[in-house]
Amino acid sequence: MTTKAEQAAVTLLGDPRRHRRERNVRITFFSAAAFSVILSALIVLSLAGEAWNFIWSVDLGSLWEIGWFPRRGLFDLKTIVGATLLISLVAMLIATPLGLGAAIYLSEYASPRMRRLLKPVLEILAGIPSVVLGYFALTWINPNLVQRLSENAGIFTMLGAGIGVGVLVTPLVASVSEDAIRAVPLSLREASYGLGANKSTTVRKVVFPAAISGIVASLILGVSRAIGETMVVAMAAGAVGGGLFSLDPLQPGITMTAAMASLAIGSDQVAGVGNAFQSLYFVGMLLFLMTLALNIVSDRFVRRIQEKY
Amino acid sequence: MAVTTTTSDAVAMRLTGRKIKWGELIFEGALLLMLLMSLAVLVTLLADTLTKALPVFRDRGWDFVSAELSSNPETAGVGTSILGSLALTGLVAAISFPIGIGTAIYLEEYAGNTRISRAIRTNIRNLAGVPSIVYGILGFAVFASFLAAVGLGGDGNGKNILAGGLTLAALVLPITIITTSEALRAVPYSIREAGFGVGATRWEVVRHHVLPSALPGVLTGTVLALSRAFGETAPLLLVGAATGFFTLGEGASIVDKLVGKYGALPVTIFSWSRQPGEDFRSLAAAAIIVLLVVILLSNAAAIILRNRYERKW
Repeated sequence: MTTKAEQAAVTLLGDPRRHRRERNVRITFFSAAAFSVILSALIVLSLAGEAWNFIWSVDLGSLWEIGWFPRRGLFDLKTIVGATLLISLVAMLIATPLGLGAAIYLSEYASPRMRRLLKPVLEILAGIPSVVLGYFALTWINPNLVQRLSENAGIFTMLGAGIGVGVLVTPLVASVSEDAIRAVPLSLREASYGLGANKSTTVRKVVFPAAISGIVASLILGVSRAIGETMVVAMAAGAVGGGLFSLDPLQPGITMTAAMASLAIGSDQVAGVGNAFQSLYFVGMLLFLMTLALNIVSDRFVRRIQEKY
Repeated sequence: MAVTTTTSDAVAMRLTGRKIKWGELIFEGALLLMLLMSLAVLVTLLADTLTKALPVFRDRGWDFVSAELSSNPETAGVGTSILGSLALTGLVAAISFPIGIGTAIYLEEYAGNTRISRAIRTNIRNLAGVPSIVYGILGFAVFASFLAAVGLGGDGNGKNILAGGLTLAALVLPITIITTSEALRAVPYSIREAGFGVGATRWEVVRHHVLPSALPGVLTGTVLALSRAFGETAPLLLVGAATGFFTLGEGASIVDKLVGKYGALPVTIFSWSRQPGEDFRSLAAAAIIVLLVVILLSNAAAIILRNRYERKW
């Protein structure tokens, strides 16, 4: 016979079914979260195995050749990495002024009505898929902008592709740096005005330095995105069968991502065997490590703005 | 806000007799110019593509949207590709939403600020930054092989629409988690405390109070993620989306369709723009218009939904 106190304690514990359900729900959600960890592991595993095989089987001399021609066993790394870096440089030369300028104008100067009108421009631009920008780079940017610049430029140029990637990256830079600028407290601006500074002086000397961590983070994110972009460069930079090493922006070029894409759709494939196809994994591993490093660094910068304010 | 006038400015203006601050105007003008250049690019892109696409729509109208892929530019259409893309989007929704929303709920509601939960969050942020083509490698090396191993490989060693759906779901998973987390975080903690105060369990609070309040934000995030998946090309190139002409033939069953070759709208655009000749270029432009219409409409719908149903606490 249970005592009154024991009976009371049992009622307070609650219905065991409710607790069981609670525990099961918690386990279900935890396994969902575990999926993301498994996903990361899968990505690294799928890259690492074959990438390692490639390095072991390839003649290391072929990594420093005249060009990237997988079908012929020429795996010149400086061709593809050089093209990637050149196109990313051009892209950032476009995205930095356009993105930062838009961000500063929208957060410091625009009236609420102008903001409502102009911010959607950036949001729409952000939603445009990369195939569309690749088509635009191929059919408009290259003929109208690049070929006007020089007679030497052909249908495929790294400059045209770079401009396309720059347009792609601009909304990203704009939105992250706008967040950083808006995070700067109003009191800093008011203090500056109180000392008699102009608006442009305040923006240049007070707001911009205060938001610098977030702005740098946005630029690093932009570079990471530009490096990883595939479709624009596959369509507009040309050189799908392989390319000679060149750092001339008016020439076609083959980036790391375009090399992977052309290996995949088979224009470089050597019947799926041999280390031509394995190079896909190796380049993929390189790309993954580069973007991972950039994203980790950018994360540190974002963390700093969150801490300061 | 227009250019502000400070006291010292007013004094200086009075003293020098100048009413307009040129330096300020030029600075503001330069910034506005940067923003307007983005607008100019957008307008040029839309106008140019529309001009190239109009002949196709004028001559063939709805037939273009419903026709099948073909090597003849006169009769080729985007029907199969649209169906493929829609099927892919459906697969992405079915796979990534439960996992993504579940993960977000775990991270926001159940996990404390432990090292494991911080590690999971960092991991998700890193996943969000991985280039899409690397997800394609994952799809090819892991998902396609897995499907082939369990007998769902079809003719292409597992490079079918199921693999494509899994790959895109993986691609979209980090964004879904991040946007859902933000939507959940926006719900004030007092709501949860009120629930706990009357004796509800954590799941009861989440299910009956937190989730309904966060639903608009979650929906916006998921719609944006889906429209992102609709426009992705690079991963699909590695997981077997047909770049050329293909047909499944008459009498193909549902299973055949699932494990066989498939097409997707962005990939069709890619392969058409690589063909020589003006005909395919115009077709590509028309297909781009179709793609943009779908994406811009769904993004607009998501944003309108968010603005209408968002609760301001």
